[in-house]
Amino acid sequence: MIRLILPFHLRNLARVQGEVALDAARPVTLASVLDALEAKYPMLTGTIRDRDSRKRRPLVRFFACEEDISNQAMDKPLPEAVAAGLSPLLVVGSVAGG
Amino acid sequence: MSKVRLLVGTRKGAFVLNSDGKRKTWKISGPFFGGWAVYHIKGSPADPSRIYASQTSDWFGQIIQRSDDGGRTWEPASNQFKYQGRTGKHLWYDGKPHPWEFKRVWHLEPSLTDPDTVYAGVEDAALFKTTNGAKTWAEISGLRQHKSGSQWMPGAGGMGLHTILLDPRDPQRIYIAISAAGVFRTDDGGKTWKPVNKGLRSEFMPNPTAEVGHCVHRIAMHPSNPDVLFMQKHWDVMRSDNAGDSWTEVSGNLPTDFGFPIDVHAHEPQTIFVVPIKSDSEHYPPDGKLRVYRSRSGGKEWQALTKGLPQRDCYVNVLRDAMAVDKLDSCGIYFGTTGGQVYASSDSGNSWQCIVHDFPAVLSVEVQTLK
Repeated sequence: MIRLILPFHLRNLARVQGEVALDAARPVTLASVLDALEAKYPMLTGTIRDRDSRKRRPLVRFFACEEDISNQAMDKPLPEAVAAGLSPLLVVGSVAGG
Repeated sequence: MSKVRLLVGTRKGAFVLNSDGKRKTWKISGPFFGGWAVYHIKGSPADPSRIYASQTSDWFGQIIQRSDDGGRTWEPASNQFKYQGRTGKHLWYDGKPHPWEFKRVWHLEPSLTDPDTVYAGVEDAALFKTTNGAKTWAEISGLRQHKSGSQWMPGAGGMGLHTILLDPRDPQRIYIAISAAGVFRTDDGGKTWKPVNKGLRSEFMPNPTAEVGHCVHRIAMHPSNPDVLFMQKHWDVMRSDNAGDSWTEVSGNLPTDFGFPIDVHAHEPQTIFVVPIKSDSEHYPPDGKLRVYRSRSGGKEWQALTKGLPQRDCYVNVLRDAMAVDKLDSCGIYFGTTGGQVYASSDSGNSWQCIVHDFPAVLSVEVQTLK
């Protein structure tokens, strides 16, 4: 299972606490994780990536294995530690604004 | 005994305030959707338990929330707002064409007769409609595809469709207002629209009397007299007696005719309320005095209402959707400020009570009159 950590506001919106466990399709990519997330929590559709373009929203960032992977291709495989559920994928709201 | 329920949208969440018909003590619930901007929250006239809220964030986009129990519990509904057909372009701040981009829902206007039908005014300006309780939304694309659409331009706060008025006499007739395009009216349920801005004058425009381009801040109507409209424009308070076909200025003796909200008394169709703001550069009341101005003659002659409102060192603003009136026999009036105060009057504005001191900046205020 993939381990995903959502930001505060999206945890509230999805009514989850702590990490989210997802069964994502292989190869595990940002796109496949978000597909699984939006299937399980439809209210999150459009909050992390644009519904139509499927691009990351500008003030959302992704981190894996202590690396900022926000700008990597959505279909690029994630690190094996994430794919194996050993390390979480983090969705982070940018530190911006008031 | 009747009750009232106030629905307050703020920069950092929504609040629901309940009171009895005396309107002296209030029970506050919330914040709901804490940390999110709630641009607007409004109940269905056909079923007061049904309430819709527009929750939005620069980080995570647009959410529509729906309550079926008067605001006690909420469920997210569809947040998919997709422009229909060719997306097209409007003018950007630099005067160049810019693609239409959905940003947020500014205003939700539930149908007068069906709790599942709601209109949504969005930025970039367009009108959407749901007929299934916000499960899906479809654009009423005739508006955005009006031949003037390519010439619409955002105001400083964005190109928002912020006002939707439904004619209670004719369900085919709807008015909308856009900053900064102006007022448009449909007489065929949204298929076709026409600008109704004749008589408006905006000195900042190359042609001050152009058909479109006016920064209309708010329009209001009384349900018993739907051909009469009142407008708070960027500057000027205006009135139309012919469903918007022409407008005349009724600013009269106001200390300044800049402002945002305008509303009509529940039982007196010629009694209207505005909150004068010093200027478009300053955005606070003149002389540090927060005053609601009331006209009992549909404009021109105005009276300052000050009892209970701060009359020194007050530098808040009152935004366009942040004023509402209830329908109790002694008409109640409510408004919220960018300083987080909510003021209430239970006597048509003669006196005011600060019922909330320290909310986040208030974006919208609506009121439901309940049995």
